[in-house]
Amino acid sequence: MSSNIETINIIKEISGVNPLRCMKCGKCTASCMAYDEMDIKPHQFVSYIERGDLESLMLSESLYKCLGCFACVERCPRNVQPGKLIDAVRQTVIRQRGAEGMTTEEIRQLITQEVPQQLLVSAFRRNRR
Amino acid sequence: MPRIGVFVCHCGTNIAGTIDVAKVAEMAAAEQGVVFSKDYQYMCSQTGQTLIIDAIKEYKLTGIVVCSCSPRMHETTFRNAAQRAGLNPYMVEIANIREQCSWIHKDREEATEKAVILMRAAVAKVCLNTPLTAGESGVTKRALVIGGGIAGIQTALDISAAGFKVDIVEKTPSIGGRMSQLDKTFPTLDCSACILTPKMVEAASDENITLYTYSEVEKVSGFVGNFKVDIRKKARSVRADKCTGCGVCQEKCPSKKAPSEFNRGLNNRSAIYTPFAQAIPNVPVIDRENCIKFQTGKCGVCSKVCQANAIDYEQEDEMITVEYGAIVVATGFDVINLDKYDEYAYSKSKDVITSLELERIMNAAGPTGGHLERLSDGKAPKEIVFIQCVGSRCADERGKSYCSKICCMYTAKQAMLIRDKYPDTNVTVFYIDIRTPGKNFDEFYRRAVEDYNVHYIKGQVGKVLPESSGKLIVVGSDIIDARHVIIPADMVVLAAAIEPNKDARKIATMLTASIDNNNFLTEAHAKLRPVESPTAGIFLSGVCQGPRDIPETVAMAGSAAAKVIGLLSKDRLKSNPCTAHSDELMCNGCSTCEKVCPYGAISYETKIVNDHGVKKERRVAVVNAALCQGCGACTVACPSGAMDLSGFSNRQIIAEVDAVCR
Repeated sequence: MSSNIETINIIKEISGVNPLRCMKCGKCTASCMAYDEMDIKPHQFVSYIERGDLESLMLSESLYKCLGCFACVERCPRNVQPGKLIDAVRQTVIRQRGAEGMTTEEIRQLITQEVPQQLLVSAFRRNRR
Repeated sequence: MPRIGVFVCHCGTNIAGTIDVAKVAEMAAAEQGVVFSKDYQYMCSQTGQTLIIDAIKEYKLTGIVVCSCSPRMHETTFRNAAQRAGLNPYMVEIANIREQCSWIHKDREEATEKAVILMRAAVAKVCLNTPLTAGESGVTKRALVIGGGIAGIQTALDISAAGFKVDIVEKTPSIGGRMSQLDKTFPTLDCSACILTPKMVEAASDENITLYTYSEVEKVSGFVGNFKVDIRKKARSVRADKCTGCGVCQEKCPSKKAPSEFNRGLNNRSAIYTPFAQAIPNVPVIDRENCIKFQTGKCGVCSKVCQANAIDYEQEDEMITVEYGAIVVATGFDVINLDKYDEYAYSKSKDVITSLELERIMNAAGPTGGHLERLSDGKAPKEIVFIQCVGSRCADERGKSYCSKICCMYTAKQAMLIRDKYPDTNVTVFYIDIRTPGKNFDEFYRRAVEDYNVHYIKGQVGKVLPESSGKLIVVGSDIIDARHVIIPADMVVLAAAIEPNKDARKIATMLTASIDNNNFLTEAHAKLRPVESPTAGIFLSGVCQGPRDIPETVAMAGSAAAKVIGLLSKDRLKSNPCTAHSDELMCNGCSTCEKVCPYGAISYETKIVNDHGVKKERRVAVVNAALCQGCGACTVACPSGAMDLSGFSNRQIIAEVDAVCR
């Protein structure tokens, strides 16, 4: 449990998110493009961190369903920025398990006119679970 | 031959949206006696009133009918307009085609037909109207404030500042009210006593203000400007002129088993007591129910120890009658009884308490000396759960339908103060909504969350289970994260709904002031006359009218005072000429009307009556026009048809009914 608290503190630090600022309005989740795919919704990431339930978050499908579009970050009226929290939890999983992004070689083969550049950039960060 | 004008108002789309106003005006023109009719967009506007005035002059109208909103809204407006045109103001009739027609109907044809009928009834009535002249009455330059809490104190201070005499009648032995029981006040956290007690002292030392504490209003008669009030000064059994307030009697009193009302029954007080140390007046009273001397005849300790010889076991209640021009109700509130909410285990555990009880526990002058502790075992609670909306916003008969308004803020305050004073105590608040509409209110609540780390959980508590270990198992739901929350708590604090003081209904009845289903006194107009009762001369201050916090109460107190000052500044008041009168030839002296009159305006005289040339001695009803409010109860009750009401005569009413049935 103590290591859990330490990890949560690291997540808060690297994301810059203070979950206590959240007033639970649900605007982040309302803005989420991947809403149907998320098993734990963006607003819940904030409350899970607030009460220290990191395990559920680290096992969550949502880490890989989040598009990283940051609509939730843009629209949050309290500047809580839940998207950054999702990113930080994912980073924590990656740090414990090792890198999971595509290699430069793999990405090179994907480059076509149709594939958007943003997808190629994010492929460096995540691919497999 | 009457010459009637009919004016049909559109009220924007309020009326014209549902009713064919042009048709109503057209139909009016065909009515007998009508010589002019017209519809206009806003009849109450300057242009609309000018239209009426010009028509009265040009067509030499003897009476007018305005088809518009409720007479409660604009009857006075149109009467004044008529008067400016040289027409007697009582030659005006209103046909209410808004509240009673356009607002409640959807079908245009039906609504128009009904509007025409209402217009016809009003025309039939106005043809029989007679010019009436308002009488005048004087104004007693003294005000009564019922209730000595912050609302009553502030109202009295503001009335006094204008130079008028004002009396406060307070039921308990001291002024101060609920506010004196509070520890700190939101959102600034100033100490309640520090801001209230100077006002109490100010009220007590103000030469215009007379305090009647431990006193109750027994009877009210009269009318605006001329009320007569019987006040019962309950026997204190202590002579206020001799008592020095030294407090020795309270110390030495051997009977210390009465639950302290001031501390919400959390501890006991002596039989001779002042509710709290800063009480005003600082003169104790003997609670005879709990006094050994009064119950058994043996004791008399207080009398023996009193250096000032102030104890007077023989003292009796004293009745006084005082005349007032205006009366302000400031009877305040109490928290609801929690018997019906035993899922929270209030009756089962001493550690489940109300927020007001927590105020006393947190207060340095309270039963625990301001130390936060469990009442069961005196231990410091480490896990505290607050439950909001206990009995507020309930659709069932257990609770109140309304939001008590102050709970969100005082809960945030209490949670914050506990986290500040006892940082190792975990505090959780279960809420349905957080309502913080007030200056610096939301910022205050956010501080509780962000700076003091109070855990706010959106969801309610289903059950509190007291365990033999002393723990209180709180079973709640977190509806945001859709999880069951189970907290083993040491203390549970219930934000119980507030309700008007138990005596509000009794007092409202005495004052013939209207009251709603929740026992809140009703204001004359929800938006435009919020501090006046519909009963002339009765004003409202504080929570007796609806839930509100201290700053709003103080603002309302000032507002009520301004209305009282406006009234007391007048030397003469115009009275309503629509009063009842009895035909002595028809009256058989049966007393039926006297019994139904709510204002005590009818009495009986035995006099010589000339009945068609035969002189007889008869007992007949006489109406005191100054007391009569024109309610009409007597005219309905009178079995011989002797009672009639000016402005609403039986002939006029029948003419209206005939017109409706035509």
